[in-house]
Amino acid sequence: MTKLLEWLLGVSLIGVAWGLVTFDLLDLQLPPQYRELAWPMPVYLLVVFGCYSLATVGYRVATFNDCEDAAKELQAQIKEAKEDLKKKGLKM
Amino acid sequence: MASRRGNAKTGEQSDKYSVLLPTYNERENLPLIVWLLVKYFGESGYNYEIIVIDDGSPDGTLQIAEQLQKIYGADKILLRPRAKKLGLGTAYIHGIKHASGNFVIIMDADLSHHVSTLPLKQKEGGYDLVSGTRYRGDGGVYGWDLRRKLISRGANFVTQVLLRPGASDLTGSFRLYKKEVLEKLVEQCVSKGYVFQMEMIVRARQLGYTVGEVPISFVDRVYGESKLGGNEIVSFLKGLLTLFATT
Repeated sequence: MTKLLEWLLGVSLIGVAWGLVTFDLLDLQLPPQYRELAWPMPVYLLVVFGCYSLATVGYRVATFNDCEDAAKELQAQIKEAKEDLKKKGLKM
Repeated sequence: MASRRGNAKTGEQSDKYSVLLPTYNERENLPLIVWLLVKYFGESGYNYEIIVIDDGSPDGTLQIAEQLQKIYGADKILLRPRAKKLGLGTAYIHGIKHASGNFVIIMDADLSHHVSTLPLKQKEGGYDLVSGTRYRGDGGVYGWDLRRKLISRGANFVTQVLLRPGASDLTGSFRLYKKEVLEKLVEQCVSKGYVFQMEMIVRARQLGYTVGEVPISFVDRVYGESKLGGNEIVSFLKGLLTLFATT
């Protein structure tokens, strides 16, 4: 199953569950608290996901390593490489 | 069959690493990357070869490669050029055909990483595939401004949510594959460019291959520029959505 189909399946299942509870489609005579809770759930979940995404990306950007040492090492190695190669006869 | 005695210095005599270097206009970078590879493989004692696959570069990359072959030997530097720019997937297929190693290392001609971390990690876990990541451990980047970091992390987040690929960095191209694993994956993957690299890892996980990761320090090309404009972002999203719908 492709990821797209997995998502569609997941969303459909959640959608059906939500519909059943909110609109009492199976006529289960659920207490009104359940229906009141279920009704705004989709929007609520989207907002939670949105906040989670922002927080996660923000954290990851803030902790993105800057490799100063690696850059310095590379510069030194480039110099060394050029000298060595010239000695070995490379004409650039 | 006679028992195989390992050399005390090199350990595994039977493992050989073929580095595939597809090049296009890399006359400045190629000598430096070859020098670094020779240095690191030499220090680590692993058996290796470097296969340069030049796609008819007009800047004389092939001539530089020929000089390098004279310096380091034709057993270490193999030249398998092609007439024109034919794309990454076919470059790998072409390279694999001439690879005598049982492991294949793929890298851009970017000057970034310590190549010996790949075989080391592979031996640690017996992985089918080892991939370099900028996002874990002490991996990272150099000289990136806030905008670029934001776009990179944001795009990676979307990729993780949509594809759940089981690897933290999909767009890098610093990887080691077991040769038969690479052959199988190249057969299956249909995308072009760097989306091809992403598809390789996604399919690898689907086929049940094990993926290890090593942190890499991504230092931008010294002689070139990396652009990350609107066009690149749009084409990335297109590629991502295609993978989302087809894998």
